[in-house]
Amino acid sequence: MAVPRFWREIPSRYNLIGTRCGNCNQVHFPPRYLCPNCRRVGKLEPYKLKPRGKVISYTVVHVAAEGFEDQVPYVLAIVELEDGPRITAQVTDCGPDEVRIGDEVEIVFRRMGQEGEEGVLYYGYKCKKVS
Amino acid sequence: MNVGIVGYGVYIPRYRIKVEEIAKIWGEDPERIKRGLMVEEKSVPAPDEDTATIAVEAARNAVKRAGIDPQEIGAIYVGSESHPYAVKPTATIVAEAIEATPRLTAADFEFACKAGTAGIQTCIGAVEAGMMKYGMAIGADTAQGAPGDPLEYTAAAGGGAFIVGKNNGESLAMVEGTYSYTTDTPDFWRREMRPYPKHGGRFTGKPAYFKHVISAAHGLLRQLKFTPQDFTYAVFHQPNGKFPLQAAAELGFSKEQVLPGLLTPKIGNTYSGASLIGLASVLDQARPGDRVLVVSFGSGAGSDAFSMVVKDAIEEKRDRAPKVVDYVNTKAYVDYSTYAKYRKLLVR
Repeated sequence: MAVPRFWREIPSRYNLIGTRCGNCNQVHFPPRYLCPNCRRVGKLEPYKLKPRGKVISYTVVHVAAEGFEDQVPYVLAIVELEDGPRITAQVTDCGPDEVRIGDEVEIVFRRMGQEGEEGVLYYGYKCKKVS
Repeated sequence: MNVGIVGYGVYIPRYRIKVEEIAKIWGEDPERIKRGLMVEEKSVPAPDEDTATIAVEAARNAVKRAGIDPQEIGAIYVGSESHPYAVKPTATIVAEAIEATPRLTAADFEFACKAGTAGIQTCIGAVEAGMMKYGMAIGADTAQGAPGDPLEYTAAAGGGAFIVGKNNGESLAMVEGTYSYTTDTPDFWRREMRPYPKHGGRFTGKPAYFKHVISAAHGLLRQLKFTPQDFTYAVFHQPNGKFPLQAAAELGFSKEQVLPGLLTPKIGNTYSGASLIGLASVLDQARPGDRVLVVSFGSGAGSDAFSMVVKDAIEEKRDRAPKVVDYVNTKAYVDYSTYAKYRKLLVR
């Protein structure tokens, strides 16, 4: 990933900054430029989503994407945040058999990857089961 | 001095490795090591954790406890000897992740295990001078010990964050004074581009840890005209479980004053995080009016001593974020091979 592309998304990746439509109150994540319901009359503003949600579905990854090879088997989940939007995120600090549909999770700040040994480090959100 | 602690927070990773598990690999007697170091197990960072992620979690807990608008934080200083980048501040990552940017100053500090308390002193100065309303100082580390080195039994991961502000109704502890003692003592070091630190073995004891910790504590007691009996709690830097108790005994403090802030036996030495997590653990259980002594130590070498008096706001603020004991008790054990993979001692 190019550095500027990652840098542009830092507010969303670090702090779950999405958008909310001032017209219909729908919350979007990632942020949108246009409200899908209200179109031209929509009034989008930045909105910080609450860092809590529950697992809607999950899978255990055994053949990892590049950069995640040393973490297999790991859990990747679809999480519905309290504010409504669903995100795909890794469930960290847990074994492959520790996650169930409906589990409460919180958003944590973790290292997501790096551009090789010399490039930048990427940070962002993952989920962790609420203990 | 008219400054106080407005909020604090800690973070300790979930994974632990027991002394037995490390001793088994190197053919050593675990009981002898546990007795000698007074350490049972240490925290291990997950593969996606580093000093920046630990600092961010601790900082978020501190902001929650303080209940302040992060935009009012005028400085963030992150003290560590394991910053993820050689050049590029950890402090900017923390500042962005707690939404304190862009109107603040930020920098990374390095002074072995005492860079976090050096950050607190810098914040005290800036707040006292009226340069800013709040300053945040963090001590966090993912400490490295070379495989087979005695350090491997203790080098752990964790961090603490403290928000300093004027001493008023929102401070949960008032800072009465601070005193530092610093000399050029090469007891522990890591050269450029080297993955593991080297140390002087027994030389890290008397001329390094004990000389600096005891001198800084004496200096502060003299300055404030206090005796050990004036304090409810005393927190000393804790490279192992034994050193702080020895230093306390030499200074005239009892075990009862030290044990509430002694976490190393359960989580290992969190380096820059150690004295700050110890202080947080004391604040988690202190009552208004209790006086706390904190003495850090950083190899190289120096100690910063602080005297604080706990205030009423602690009762309202302490339950707003997870306590030290919550993190200490949330754990999962790993074996040595998993530890070796997590710490990148094994790379494919």
